[in-house]
Amino acid sequence: MRSGTGIAQVRGLGPARKGPKGWIVQRTTAFAQLFLLPWLLVSLLRMGPVTHRAMLDWLASPVNAVLLMLLVVSVFTHLRLGLTELVEDYVHEEALKIASLLIVNFYAIGGGALALFSIARIAFTGTPA
Amino acid sequence: MVSERPRKPSEEARPLSTAPIKARPLSPHLTIWKWGPAMAVSIFHRVSGDGLAVVGGLSLIWWLAAAASGAQAFEYFQSWATSWIGIVIGVGLTWAFFQHMFGGIRHLVLDTGAGYGLKTNKMWSIMVFVGALLGTALVWFLILKGAN
Repeated sequence: MRSGTGIAQVRGLGPARKGPKGWIVQRTTAFAQLFLLPWLLVSLLRMGPVTHRAMLDWLASPVNAVLLMLLVVSVFTHLRLGLTELVEDYVHEEALKIASLLIVNFYAIGGGALALFSIARIAFTGTPA
Repeated sequence: MVSERPRKPSEEARPLSTAPIKARPLSPHLTIWKWGPAMAVSIFHRVSGDGLAVVGGLSLIWWLAAAASGAQAFEYFQSWATSWIGIVIGVGLTWAFFQHMFGGIRHLVLDTGAGYGLKTNKMWSIMVFVGALLGTALVWFLILKGAN
């Protein structure tokens, strides 16, 4: 099924230049965070003082480590889309827009990578206490 | 392709899209409309989201990386987290979290097609702000109670 004219297909999905995928991903990650963030909040409140030892013990459990990893992926995906939208709405000078979008993506992906690695390191090695 | 407006002969013949950014007029938005609950909740949804994305995201990364780097690194993080600045930022992030979450739930409900009636919409927009303040107060009451 063809959407629009031939030239529209080449230009890419109209003025927004993207389809509903981002809209769906944003809501899927939002829904996941609706459960994962309260879980994190309650876990931290129940931990008592969040000492280093308490955190290491908490993340030793595979369930906690995996859920936190899923939360990190969800959050950084969600914020990547949100910040992209912010740049698209307010930055119109082309070079600055491209630079801003690169920064957003590197932050989201790099930050997510660092967070995931940190969780993995604690979960697998118990980290020098 | 933007439709051509009548050009003065003195203007260079170049497409409007290459005009320098300051030559373009911007529509006023926040300054000209009367602020209603729905407008406010939408704007604060964006503000809280971007605050969470930058300040919250960096804090999350720092917290986890510090925990993974050993006791000394984690103590340094903790010294900032429990300082006055840390608590102020913590309260701000908590508020931003609830504001964004309740606003987000409002979005999800609106996506189903419900809640567009004028009175209903206004009421739930206000409830988002109320919920955000209550949630923040509750969490920090629990944190400070647990600390004593």
